[in-house]
Amino acid sequence: MSVDAATVKRIARLARIRIEEDQIASYQGELNAILGFVEQLQEVDVEGVEPMTSVTPMTLRRRDDLITDGGYAEKIVSNAPLSEDNFFMVPKVVE
Amino acid sequence: MTDLTKLSLADARKGLADKSFTATELTGAYLSAIEAANPSLNAYVAVTAEQAMAMAKTSDERLASGQGGSLEGIPLGIKDLFATRGVHTQAASHILDGFKPEYESTVTSNLWRDGAVMLGKLNMDEFAMGSSNETSYYGPVVSPFRADGSNANLVPGGSSGGSAAAVAAWLCAGATATDTGGSIRQPAAFTGTVGIKPTYGRCSRWGTVAFASSLDQAGPIARTVEDAALLMTSMAGFDPKDSTSVDMAVPDFAAAVERGVKGLTIGVPREYRMEGMPAEIEKLWKEGLDWLVAEGATVKDISLPHTKYALPAYYIVAPAEASSNLARYDGVKYGLRVSGKDITDMYELTRAAGFGREVKRRIMIGTYVLSAGYFDAYYVKAQKVRTLIKKDFEDAFDAGVDAILTPATPSAAFGIGDEALAADPVAMYLNDVFTVTVNMAGLPGIAVPAGKDAKGLPLGLQLIGKPFDEETLFAAARVIERSAATDFSPKPWW
Repeated sequence: MSVDAATVKRIARLARIRIEEDQIASYQGELNAILGFVEQLQEVDVEGVEPMTSVTPMTLRRRDDLITDGGYAEKIVSNAPLSEDNFFMVPKVVE
Repeated sequence: MTDLTKLSLADARKGLADKSFTATELTGAYLSAIEAANPSLNAYVAVTAEQAMAMAKTSDERLASGQGGSLEGIPLGIKDLFATRGVHTQAASHILDGFKPEYESTVTSNLWRDGAVMLGKLNMDEFAMGSSNETSYYGPVVSPFRADGSNANLVPGGSSGGSAAAVAAWLCAGATATDTGGSIRQPAAFTGTVGIKPTYGRCSRWGTVAFASSLDQAGPIARTVEDAALLMTSMAGFDPKDSTSVDMAVPDFAAAVERGVKGLTIGVPREYRMEGMPAEIEKLWKEGLDWLVAEGATVKDISLPHTKYALPAYYIVAPAEASSNLARYDGVKYGLRVSGKDITDMYELTRAAGFGREVKRRIMIGTYVLSAGYFDAYYVKAQKVRTLIKKDFEDAFDAGVDAILTPATPSAAFGIGDEALAADPVAMYLNDVFTVTVNMAGLPGIAVPAGKDAKGLPLGLQLIGKPFDEETLFAAARVIERSAATDFSPKPWW
């Protein structure tokens, strides 16, 4: 499978990465080189093979549903480019 | 007085214990070495000199009162991927501009608990995506090694290129590193150092910037096998904050180093004998086997039939997980923000400005293979192939193999700005062809220097072990290190 210019634009939009018109062709070439490389997986017979979900034979550990952490909103926002009263500030999203 | 930076970590420990020198003197010696070398090598992206001297002073007090931990007063470099409280943590990316975490990663917490001293943060490929340390926002790391009779700058490998270069050039006694597809073992092989990626789950991932969560593992890079074992013992351990951390006792890895290989069966996978493999790599591999046999090991030819599919499967799984993990960099919670006309515009402009080309490429591949209509064909297929790759190893171990010996890399280090590699992303990815299978199967793997190429550059061998059997890897790597009996230190030009 390979991607066309419209698909490159769609992927960039989904990934929230702005790509200028004059960069589309080079991204398209690079993505197709990688997709061409992974194409060889098609020749592997995976009939009846389970997809890996955990590389170590373990079930995901669970903990009791208790509050064990928190109460430091000022630390959470301390690295924010823009914050006010311990809230993250973003451009208006609701008119 | 001898140059303290040239001591192995184990010898520095002895010197501190018997009061030949102080932790303050040792740390001071490393800080001077960094100041002199870093403008040429670019291994550190941040040097925490004041903090280092304060930590060393505390270590001297603890050593004086007989309270010293297992790494008391040992100066280390920390890969920029590990969160260090109040200190530069950017995964060598522009998008994390100015980020100073409010918390400490579990791996570094373990090292500080045992008395180690932090010298600073080490350069790396951006978000650990690369095999040459050329994708860093801070510019490439220059290898301390040069080919005989040449002034050309070489890469130290990647992504833990700063860690490998700093260890080889005596700019720290040891370093933390991480390995998603070969990022500890390939740079170790390029710089004549020892690097181990432990079994998945051995080291906590908590507080380490995530690249591909099902593959990422932390491990050390050091100048000797024993030094790597000492660091590994401190870094590893169960952590309830990482749901994939394995609740298992950590052995004293250093105690296994001199155990030898008598009676062990070493597997040699025929699929690793790649077409066009340089004769010197082939020779190195044979030599390594001879050394192990001379010390009582038996060699067994094995087959790992799905080897060639590991790299293509990796380039689906790793970008897919990366595209999810890196979604958090949005200009809101930390790091860079580029303003836009609305919130989507802000996201897009921030991520366009903040991520480098390689990172964007991988996020886009990951986004594509996870998108509606392609998920089964790419991601599910790759995870099925991964099951087969793991089964290949299980079959070999079930047939009596204790460890597997392979080359660590297809060649020695290449030049910075290599045009053929820059033009073809897939050619660069092939650097990890011998190491990536290990991540896909969650196994431990160690790279140990074993020889040099015709131009005098270091070459490494890789040993792959059973899950949680790092001890056998340390023991076998030590036999190779001792048998090679070669000085793998660079000739200083910086």
